[in-house]
Amino acid sequence: MLELKLAFKNLYGSGLRTWLNVTVLSIAFVIILFYNGMLDGWNMQAQRDTIDWEIGSGQLWHPGYDPYDPYTFADAHSSIPPEISTLIERGDAASILLTQATAYPGGRMLNTLIKGIDPNQKILKIPSELLTADNSDSDYIPAIIGRRFSQSARLKEGDRVLVRWRDSNGTFDAREVTIVSVFQTNVPTADLNQIYIPLERLREMTSMYNEATLVVLSQGAIAPQQYGGWSYRDNDYLLKDLKDIMTAKKGGSTVISGLLLAIALLAIFDTQVLSIFRRQKEIGTYIALGMTRKKVVGLFTIEGTTHSLLAILLGMIWGVPFLLLLQKTGIPMPASADQAGIAIADKITPYYGAGMILTSVILVVLSSLVVSYIPTRRISRMRPTDALRGKIV
Amino acid sequence: MENPIIVTLEKVTKRFPAGKTQFTALNKIELTFRKGEFSGLVGPSGSGKTTLLNIIGSLDCPSEGVATVLGKNISSLSHKESAELRNYGIGFIFQTYNLLPVYNVYDNVEFALLLQKLSGSQRKKAVMDALEWVGLADRAKSKPSTLSGGECQRVAIARAMVKRPALVLADEPSANLDSQNSHMIVQTMKRLNKELNTTFIFSTHDEKVMQYLDRIIYLKDGMVERDERKSEG
Repeated sequence: MLELKLAFKNLYGSGLRTWLNVTVLSIAFVIILFYNGMLDGWNMQAQRDTIDWEIGSGQLWHPGYDPYDPYTFADAHSSIPPEISTLIERGDAASILLTQATAYPGGRMLNTLIKGIDPNQKILKIPSELLTADNSDSDYIPAIIGRRFSQSARLKEGDRVLVRWRDSNGTFDAREVTIVSVFQTNVPTADLNQIYIPLERLREMTSMYNEATLVVLSQGAIAPQQYGGWSYRDNDYLLKDLKDIMTAKKGGSTVISGLLLAIALLAIFDTQVLSIFRRQKEIGTYIALGMTRKKVVGLFTIEGTTHSLLAILLGMIWGVPFLLLLQKTGIPMPASADQAGIAIADKITPYYGAGMILTSVILVVLSSLVVSYIPTRRISRMRPTDALRGKIV
Repeated sequence: MENPIIVTLEKVTKRFPAGKTQFTALNKIELTFRKGEFSGLVGPSGSGKTTLLNIIGSLDCPSEGVATVLGKNISSLSHKESAELRNYGIGFIFQTYNLLPVYNVYDNVEFALLLQKLSGSQRKKAVMDALEWVGLADRAKSKPSTLSGGECQRVAIARAMVKRPALVLADEPSANLDSQNSHMIVQTMKRLNKELNTTFIFSTHDEKVMQYLDRIIYLKDGMVERDERKSEG
């Protein structure tokens, strides 16, 4: 294609100006990839960890259970319907019983949620097997907590802490639990203010025998939509909050990417305007030599757009090793980042999906095409005789 | 037998807006040019030489009258047809050479052919032939910035001639050249005029150029004042 060949020649001939534009655009391109890759990586990690640690592959909820309303917890429990029990017996599901409680670490008072979990469950990554610690003392209640709660309550492995709860009759009772382990998770909602104890112990403590609040399903478990009034919640439903947060973050990243791209495109726009102003004689010469104005417009538009093609090439050269290195080493997150309430690992591994890369490439090329074209419209209004004289347009 | 007429100007008038009034650059010009002529438009600044060349070169249209070039009525041509006429039929030589600065000599000369559907080998042969005609075959890889004014104008001649046009329009081709280069340039064009039977129309007020012209058309205030032909021999 003649215009492309000429555009490359002109860009090559323009030397430093071309390379400055290309470099700026390539930096913007790589940063867009990095930023989106980081968010996608974070998104995937957060979803994966939330599934692994908290929601499994869907849940069945007691009809009274509403995770956003703690007042429902007291009544959100009942015997597990037989169909669901079958799933649990097959190892396709694990039941969890929730009870609101108050913990008194070091004489302070903390609202907590006691989660009764089957020590033998393999569906969630919660290290529930640690709750099987053999102890002949009937008063001994092993408990595990997450690192965040451990820090906020100043509890550590081996500590005993008094917890108080109400049983199924509404009677207050209190016992000491022993922290047998502090586990590390990236999912704050599986950690903050939560104490995990063996399911049977909690049932016994609350007189809620064979009862549960919710049932977590394993991957591949086929759950009916309704079991005796219990509602099936799929992962789309359970991850909605997380996805909403990610969408909001994506919006912020789009603004930043847009600003970066705008700065780079401004350089191309500026170059185009300057080119058309300074190269009027050249434009006139092209027309005199037999190019139509449309072809000249095409030539200048392609010339401007070629900046983006070169920028993508240059971005590949320095950006691919850089981005792959980040993927290999991960992006360290500050220790306080997980206080935001969403799952975030110590290091985020960026994910560069083909779709995201393709979208970024198309975005960069199309936007540079537009900013390259806009100034060239002057050419179509230019009189060749004025252009040949270099008369200001 | 006389050569055929390739340019006919019938009552060609060109007016430009000048504030609230109009400036008449050309006033009812009646001229014809035959194939193989080596003629020049001569006159002081503002006499309409360049305007007339622009109309003949289909870079501009007459306000009134009819300009027929290579059988085409300039006023009735679309942008595309006009571009085709220039690409295939007309070569331009400018006072300031107008070489494309980022291209080397070869690329500059080849440019005109890139718009035509020629193969790479055809283009290469044509470009090298054109550079041979102007004696610059050895400077094919040089950038215009490394050439002298005379060499640049020779490249411009090669670029105008490479597509073997029927008509070459040269607007003050010697204005930026010293005496020696001026003679050399016009001699080159004269030789090509004889060898290829190409029609040359100059605009000039350079005496050195005029002495080579077979026909001199004197313009004054946009009108033909005199039309003189040198006798053969």
